[in-house]
Amino acid sequence: MSAASDVGHHAQRQARWHFGEAAFWLVVLACGFLFPSRYLIMTDILRLALFAMSLDLILGYAGIVSLGHAAFFGVGAYAAGLLALHGIINEPVLALIAAGLAAMVLGFATSFLVIRGVDLTRLMVTLGIALLLEALAERFSNVTGGTDGLQGIEMQPILGAIPFDMFGKAGFFYSLAVLFVLFLLARRIVHSPFGLSLRAIKNNPLRAAAIGIPVNRRLIAIYTLAAFYAGIAGALFTQTTAIASLDVFAFDRSADLMLVLVIGGTGYLYGGLIGAVIFRMLQEVFSTITPQYWQFWIGLVLVVIVLVGRQRLHYGVLFLPNLLIKQIAGRKAVVSVPESDT
Amino acid sequence: MTIALETQNLEKTFGGLRVTRDLSLKIEQGARHALIGPNGAGKTTVINQLTGVLKPNSGRILLEGHDITDLPVHKRVLRGLSRTFQINQLYPDLTPLETIGLAVSERLGHGGDWWRRMGTRSDVNGEIADLLSRFHLLDAMNEQTVTLPYGKQRLLEIAVAIAAKPRVLLLDEPAAGVPESERHDILAVVGSLPRDVTVLLIEHDMDLVFSFADRISVLVSGALLTEGAPEQVARDPQVKAVYLGEEAVNV
Repeated sequence: MSAASDVGHHAQRQARWHFGEAAFWLVVLACGFLFPSRYLIMTDILRLALFAMSLDLILGYAGIVSLGHAAFFGVGAYAAGLLALHGIINEPVLALIAAGLAAMVLGFATSFLVIRGVDLTRLMVTLGIALLLEALAERFSNVTGGTDGLQGIEMQPILGAIPFDMFGKAGFFYSLAVLFVLFLLARRIVHSPFGLSLRAIKNNPLRAAAIGIPVNRRLIAIYTLAAFYAGIAGALFTQTTAIASLDVFAFDRSADLMLVLVIGGTGYLYGGLIGAVIFRMLQEVFSTITPQYWQFWIGLVLVVIVLVGRQRLHYGVLFLPNLLIKQIAGRKAVVSVPESDT
Repeated sequence: MTIALETQNLEKTFGGLRVTRDLSLKIEQGARHALIGPNGAGKTTVINQLTGVLKPNSGRILLEGHDITDLPVHKRVLRGLSRTFQINQLYPDLTPLETIGLAVSERLGHGGDWWRRMGTRSDVNGEIADLLSRFHLLDAMNEQTVTLPYGKQRLLEIAVAIAAKPRVLLLDEPAAGVPESERHDILAVVGSLPRDVTVLLIEHDMDLVFSFADRISVLVSGALLTEGAPEQVARDPQVKAVYLGEEAVNV
């Protein structure tokens, strides 16, 4: 093997599909057939996973922290709701894309505010934008339904053929298909030169610029794309639950997302997916044990994760999950919990 | 003779401090030009203005005759001005293969390519392989940069700058911090740069300066003290005074 083809081979090492990844998706698909009574929670997990993947794109790859990612989720949710309610676009897949694009426009417009400044500025700006939108949605209640939310949304069949059923089966497989397609796209992107340049910017923006990377333009691009993903997640929410209310913009939603990535890890795309599953499971388990105080236990788990440090958790408690992740991602997840990042 | 890089009456102040004073430099095409001066003379500030990290208060910077004073950092790189840093500026999580691959991709205009995978372009791969072997990094190409020994990181620092195929290369203390045993590799690499690449070297190490440079500019307190061929500068009483003065203070 010549040196050049050897280099090519190694450069594509990360991009190749691993056995573990195929297994992961097969297990997810199998869940759709194994637990027919749990479609609603499983759909919820898929939506959260997609939403978390969106944050992972900017946090895990480009190093942009955000506490207001719900802004895009909310815009996607309301866009999908309004499109269906007023019969503007009846076909769900088209409406989904349109809702994603609406969020994308907002993402592009606000990216200019977000890319400048340091982490703290970014946290505040993103948080502010989400709060602003929530207030706007409340103010223009004639459009958004105010605190009552959008009511009476009736979803048309997917692609004109598959109707949403009351058990949520269609909703689950629809969400899974959307998640998988967007995952494939994200996977393609993060292994491209563009994706690699994002990691370079996250690692060292000074050097990134010094090899000719247009840093700002790349950050704007990924932020806009992440907004599209979050918008799609929001639209899925409206389409599969047939409601959209003010809480789609809620701070909790953005904060939960951070927690999902703290649990799952960032920078290998599966962090959001695995984190979403664990986060919702923990929520379920704790709320079964102590219906009133489940948040206490979730809080405790997170404090432990952050304080004990992922490094130590990796060697101890998380040995098995890590083995799994290594199978899936082919390397140890590059974890960037903002609190413990150096 | 053509001028590769030129500054005209460059001025930079930080608050009330004038760190660059009316600096006019001309660096000839293909030159091995050294910029020396005692600590705090403002050498790195000059480099930062040349590369666009800092904006001068007034004055102009010309690259091959074109005014680049207002260009952002990355555009100057694409025009053929590349640099190394005094303290390594690398990507700790990335491998040498990825680091160099990215620099080559950016130069060839594939950096914004979001669909095609890294490693699928044979022209890029060929250049990466070539650079990795020239800089003795083939064995380490899949290691995370942060885990590499310092000397290797230093080689990578220079390799990244070369990957941009500069016509003008700014070397900011290339041998700084490199252990004696690995120094030879660095010096050999710097010495073997093609002659059509113009090099501006910032260096403390006088042995390196006098063995490498064919022209030397001496910077003191942000202003040009003198300029000339190495033997001329070495005999200059003003330069001696500056360096002896500094030595005396250091002792």
